[in-house]
Amino acid sequence: MDIETFFQNQNNKKQLKILTCGSVDDGKSTLIGRLLFDSKNIYSDQLSQTKIESEKYGTQGKQIDLALLIDGLQAEREQGITIDVAYRYFETEKCKFIIADTPGHEEYTRNMVTGASNSDVGIILVDATKGILDQTKRHTFILSLLGIENIIVAVNKMDLINYDEKKFKDIIASFKNFAREFNFNLQKFIPISALVGDNVFQKNKNISWYNGKSLIDELEEISLKEPLEEEIFSLPVQFVNRLSSDFRGYSGTITSGKIKVNDEVQVFSSKEKIKIIKILTPKGESDFAVKGQAVTLTLDKEVDISRGDLLCSVKNHNYFLSDQFASHIIWMNKEQMIPERNYIFKFINFQTIGKITDLVHKININSFEKIASKFLNLNEIGYTKVALNKNTIFNPYKNNKKLGSFVIIDQFNNQTVGAGVIEYELRRASNISWHQMSINKNLRSSINGQKPCVLWFTGLSGSGKSTIANIIEQKLHKLGKHTYLLDGDNVRHGLNKDLGFTDVDRVENIRRISEVSRLMVDAGLITIVSFISPFKSERKMARELVDSDEFIEIYVNTSIEECEKRDPKGLYKKARSGKLKNFTGIDSNYEIPSSPEIILETKIKSAEELADEVILYLKQYNKI
Amino acid sequence: MKLSHIDKLESESIHIIREVASEFVNPVMLYSIGKDSSVMLHLAQKAFYPNKIPFKFMHIDTTWKFKEMINFRDEISKKYNLDLLVHINQEGVRNNINPISSGSKIHTDVMKTQSLIQALDKYKFDAAFGGARRDEEKSRAKERIFSFRDKKHRWDPKNQKPELWNLFNTKIDQGESVRVFPLSNWTEIDIWQYIYQENIPLVPLYFSKIRPIIRRNDMMIMVDDDRLKIKENEKIEQKKVRFRTLGCYPLTAAVESDATTVEEIIIELLESKYSERQGRLIDNDQIGSMEKKKQEGYF
Repeated sequence: MDIETFFQNQNNKKQLKILTCGSVDDGKSTLIGRLLFDSKNIYSDQLSQTKIESEKYGTQGKQIDLALLIDGLQAEREQGITIDVAYRYFETEKCKFIIADTPGHEEYTRNMVTGASNSDVGIILVDATKGILDQTKRHTFILSLLGIENIIVAVNKMDLINYDEKKFKDIIASFKNFAREFNFNLQKFIPISALVGDNVFQKNKNISWYNGKSLIDELEEISLKEPLEEEIFSLPVQFVNRLSSDFRGYSGTITSGKIKVNDEVQVFSSKEKIKIIKILTPKGESDFAVKGQAVTLTLDKEVDISRGDLLCSVKNHNYFLSDQFASHIIWMNKEQMIPERNYIFKFINFQTIGKITDLVHKININSFEKIASKFLNLNEIGYTKVALNKNTIFNPYKNNKKLGSFVIIDQFNNQTVGAGVIEYELRRASNISWHQMSINKNLRSSINGQKPCVLWFTGLSGSGKSTIANIIEQKLHKLGKHTYLLDGDNVRHGLNKDLGFTDVDRVENIRRISEVSRLMVDAGLITIVSFISPFKSERKMARELVDSDEFIEIYVNTSIEECEKRDPKGLYKKARSGKLKNFTGIDSNYEIPSSPEIILETKIKSAEELADEVILYLKQYNKI
Repeated sequence: MKLSHIDKLESESIHIIREVASEFVNPVMLYSIGKDSSVMLHLAQKAFYPNKIPFKFMHIDTTWKFKEMINFRDEISKKYNLDLLVHINQEGVRNNINPISSGSKIHTDVMKTQSLIQALDKYKFDAAFGGARRDEEKSRAKERIFSFRDKKHRWDPKNQKPELWNLFNTKIDQGESVRVFPLSNWTEIDIWQYIYQENIPLVPLYFSKIRPIIRRNDMMIMVDDDRLKIKENEKIEQKKVRFRTLGCYPLTAAVESDATTVEEIIIELLESKYSERQGRLIDNDQIGSMEKKKQEGYF
């Protein structure tokens, strides 16, 4: 074959991303194995490897088990099921296919959603011997929710029902009946047998009553919507390229429309208008670029644009800049979704802290019923209202998938716990829930971009608590964090000037400080408390007044000998000479903390280094 | 204008590379000298054009690579002014770990997997690009594009983070890292077509030439230096051969071929009945062996 003709053919092939969904016994892996096998996209060494594995794990007796070509993980081969999303590649004369192979069981709904998020076409497998099941409805609902416009219902195992036309037609009728409310652009029904290959690639005489196309012909003919001529241009800025001083460009992938040199566009957040000077595409400098291309643009003037901004057409757009919207969310984690809890929301080029303020209802994905609920569990889908800490640019998912989707990340374990599609913007004025909400701790602290907590310093007099605490407060202040430092000596001049140094007074001293620090945490502040606080029980009381992750006990470990040597205020000298009673470490006890969050060793490191250790801790635990 | 399949893959990969540059503090691109690495390097150049690539490259040298690979690496690094690190597991060298007497499993583990982990720890990289493709091997087919590694660089296939749309979870704690695979959705033929269209330079070993080989375990092994001891029943033959993938020379089988250009390779590939990883001895140790190696930290 002539190589140029080959490339021309390759370049004319369209790319189609398809999702296959079906449950364990529907023959989904067999169908994909069949597609790869019949399209001759399997090499003979892979086939002979599969033959070896068929003998070990196969379900087809002596025959080669095509499903084993697909199930890639050891556990899957052993259990004969598909656990995760796998991606497969094959091509025909007209088309290059990327298949997302996803499991269909309800406990793997999240995997199916993942596969569907990047697919153009959904193939829903129905077992002909069983007909329409709850899972068929679930698959159809998910495809519709994820905005897939083309679906093919493949009624499989026709060989097992003797290619019965009436049964096939009954299945179609009942599918159409429940799928009425979903607006698929294209909806086709094909009777197949993946095991024998009927109607997958070749039409088969066994099903002579079927006049339609084979599965592969149907797929090849699907035409994806091309961007409309009038579609508006949008480019979320992903990366600002100013890696050298003489060049400044804005990089990103065009998510809708097209752009030409000299076009006027706007920076969406500031509404500032700019002109396109150069367009650098992967193929070099060009006069224009279109949706899907990863480009770098240079502009006619220097404006303030950073990652997270959107460049778009000046007119006729329907983008939003808002901090609240309504969305469908699928929950993907074992730990349930709890309204009002803070999560990270990641959009195409931006992430921020936010929360689900309301779970309006959850959806029974088998019957489509709306159910009232307080939580979403793993694999459940809910209709929700979301409030973010910062304004975000978005577009409803149905208009622009890239600008209308987000994932939810747990702040503490970094897991991807959920995903959502934006339905519409909620304006503050029209969002009732916002007004009903009382301002609470989370809201106060979210303004500051910090999580309130108590840094509780404990240690002997002269151990260095106040010095380190002071440096920490300065550092936090520089980082723009809101803090307050409660120092033992200072508080005793005012709030606690009626208290002495007896054990009873010491306890009352700490009780008051604990209450004050609780109020300050509630006010959203990072509260630094620097007291000797010698008793375990009072430190525990202070700890229990705030949430468990808000109390950080810091033991400043300096030996009594060292403190006495330093004696900055001359107190040890006084105590030794008997002029000062009830002095901690001399004639009053100090109880060493058994499990403080942080221990600072003052003998080894400087106060500055120790302060940095605490700052690092706060960063690691996402307090700041 | 309609984007072709290759155009779409190209933009997708560039998007991934830029995302890493935006979201990570200290990324590195693993450079294995092979064709996939060459494509990845080419895409990285496009991603940041006209400026220089804003991260380092790293080659994990097992000391058993073909000589031509090392020469090519140094030429490319100089030509494109790459910030290239070369890491060798010196402890492995001291213990005389090698693919011949230690066996492929131990050699790969010590000189590739352990060596890579050493280097990642040494330089504290938080993201490492790799050129792996999902069509290469079944367990790769299930791996995420942004694939999380714990503090010990382990992959947990059953606990992967869901990856939707092109939204990548880049959040990690200190000491953890991600492996990023910008070529995930490319197939072997896509890679070759792209190399042809973009005229990407390759190690000459991919092209057929008369080379000295011996036959061992039903494979043709090239005699690249005198560390490969010829056994009594073996003899060196001069054969016109090339390599479909490149690795340590005693572990990489040659194929007989007349293909001396990229066009001829593509034609040969289209007619071939064998997949490219067949030339890799390390994959076939046992069923599921790639999955095991990846869990231990292999790319």
